[in-house]
Amino acid sequence: MKKKVKERVNWPITILLIVGLITVIFPLYMTIVIAFKQPSEMTNSISGILSLPKSWSLANFAEAMRVTDFWRSLGNSIIITVLTVVVSIVIHSLAGYAIGRNKAKSKFYSFVYLYIVSGMFVPFAILMMPLVKQTAMIGLANWVGVIVLYVVFYMPMNVLLYSGYLVNIPMALEEAAYVDGATTWQTYWKIIFPIMKPMHATVAVLTALGTWNDVMTPLVIMSGSGMTTLPLAQMTFQTQFGTNYNLAFASYLLALLPILIFYLVCQKQILNGVVNGAVK
Amino acid sequence: MDKAGMTGRKKTFLLITIPIMILFFCFNTLPLIQGVIYSFTNFKGYGSYDWVGLRNYIDLFQDGRVGGSYLFTFKLAVCATIVVNVISLLLALGLNSKIKFKSALRGAYFIPNILGALVVGYIFNYFFTYILPVWGQMIGSKTFGSSLLSNEKLAWVAVVVVCAWQSIAMNTIIYISGLQTVPEDVYEAGSIDGATGWKQFKHLTFPLIFSFFTINMVLCIKNFLMVFDQIMALTKGGPAQSTESISYLIYQNGMGGGQFGFQSANAVVFFVVIVLISGLQLGASSKKEEQL
Repeated sequence: MKKKVKERVNWPITILLIVGLITVIFPLYMTIVIAFKQPSEMTNSISGILSLPKSWSLANFAEAMRVTDFWRSLGNSIIITVLTVVVSIVIHSLAGYAIGRNKAKSKFYSFVYLYIVSGMFVPFAILMMPLVKQTAMIGLANWVGVIVLYVVFYMPMNVLLYSGYLVNIPMALEEAAYVDGATTWQTYWKIIFPIMKPMHATVAVLTALGTWNDVMTPLVIMSGSGMTTLPLAQMTFQTQFGTNYNLAFASYLLALLPILIFYLVCQKQILNGVVNGAVK
Repeated sequence: MDKAGMTGRKKTFLLITIPIMILFFCFNTLPLIQGVIYSFTNFKGYGSYDWVGLRNYIDLFQDGRVGGSYLFTFKLAVCATIVVNVISLLLALGLNSKIKFKSALRGAYFIPNILGALVVGYIFNYFFTYILPVWGQMIGSKTFGSSLLSNEKLAWVAVVVVCAWQSIAMNTIIYISGLQTVPEDVYEAGSIDGATGWKQFKHLTFPLIFSFFTINMVLCIKNFLMVFDQIMALTKGGPAQSTESISYLIYQNGMGGGQFGFQSANAVVFFVVIVLISGLQLGASSKKEEQL
């Protein structure tokens, strides 16, 4: 028997890491104090900018919400992200299932697999200009089009993840269901889909983080539709913020807050999801 | 399974796969083909256009602005990749050692990664414009006494800093999960043979987490080559086009600058470059892994 000696806490490294955290916290601290201040408090000296505000007034936030139409862009961002994630989980897991179960023995499916997964190397820059034309032509230059595009863009990565995960799920489970008279379709929804739950979580986290923070796709596809997403609104309203940095920072903070809260609540799932996605 | 069951199964699989393939074709392959077709025209984005053959491609290699954007993008990608991987690896080693508040620290160090790059860019824009110069003046430095973002020679450094700030979080987490796959007894056995400190890292830890190093390299290079949001928020390609990334140039001149055809050619070349680099990286790393 090996006796496990409890190692001592390495304090120098702990302290070093806590000090290093300044690099993460400082930009956030700066955002918060500036967001709460009035322009008159912003003297040219650093202490004027970085000191705590005299009063924690919410006036900047109310004004920022009005200027950027915060609730609407927040709503748009939520609708786009949630629908993208739901549709992605359904379509990509189905695709991963059909491809994963057949690619070993079928030339057709191994071609489909390579075809879709190699889409990962296509930069948005080359698709961007033709897609703007194409979506405008078929009436998809709006939030629906953005969701369709996200579902297509995340397909390579998610199909790779799902079909990889499927290798660990034994065929015997499905065969048992067939014996009981279930069709492939029924077997999928009753047995395979629930079993792939850990992979659904990974796909949901990766797809959600990507779509929530994305600027380029809504910028080129739906900027003409008068709709905006939360990050896109920050860009659109740059001119209206002008030199009122307090207003701008209140707006930035509002834009960062939803994802920060979400992260605080689901930190473990997010970290697991990100690692799973990258390592697989 | 009987024969009827097998045909039913095959049918179901096809009914799933075919529509998904069509969807993928319409919004990925079709625009890709269109992009290639446009690259042989002088299309402005509107109106009529003519075929110009390989003219766009020939012009591309003589265009100073395009050349500049490639130089900048690669300089950024290489520097940021090195900076990010060195710091991430150190951070991961620290966060994986015997420390107090381990999960809280890991959680906190990951925060930059979940934030949107555009808003982060705006926040840093303010920092580089109003805060850093004052600190620079305090230490009497001429270079840092004025805004980095308006310094033609150094604006790219600011972009590297912002890109690194966000990417370090992601790469650190991947390195940590790599370090967790190294079994404790490897170190015990190693320490008997005198492998401690740097020696331990070089001969034991690093070879064992090499596949995670590969993942991080591929992720970094690919993301940094496609950099867009940070440029949009920090410099808009300036000053004097010194920080114009390839994606930004394609967006700027292709969408609004009447160079639809020309920038399509640029995008095709960019696509080929990305495929070549990814292929090279994957090929090289699988070779290296076999040797280890």
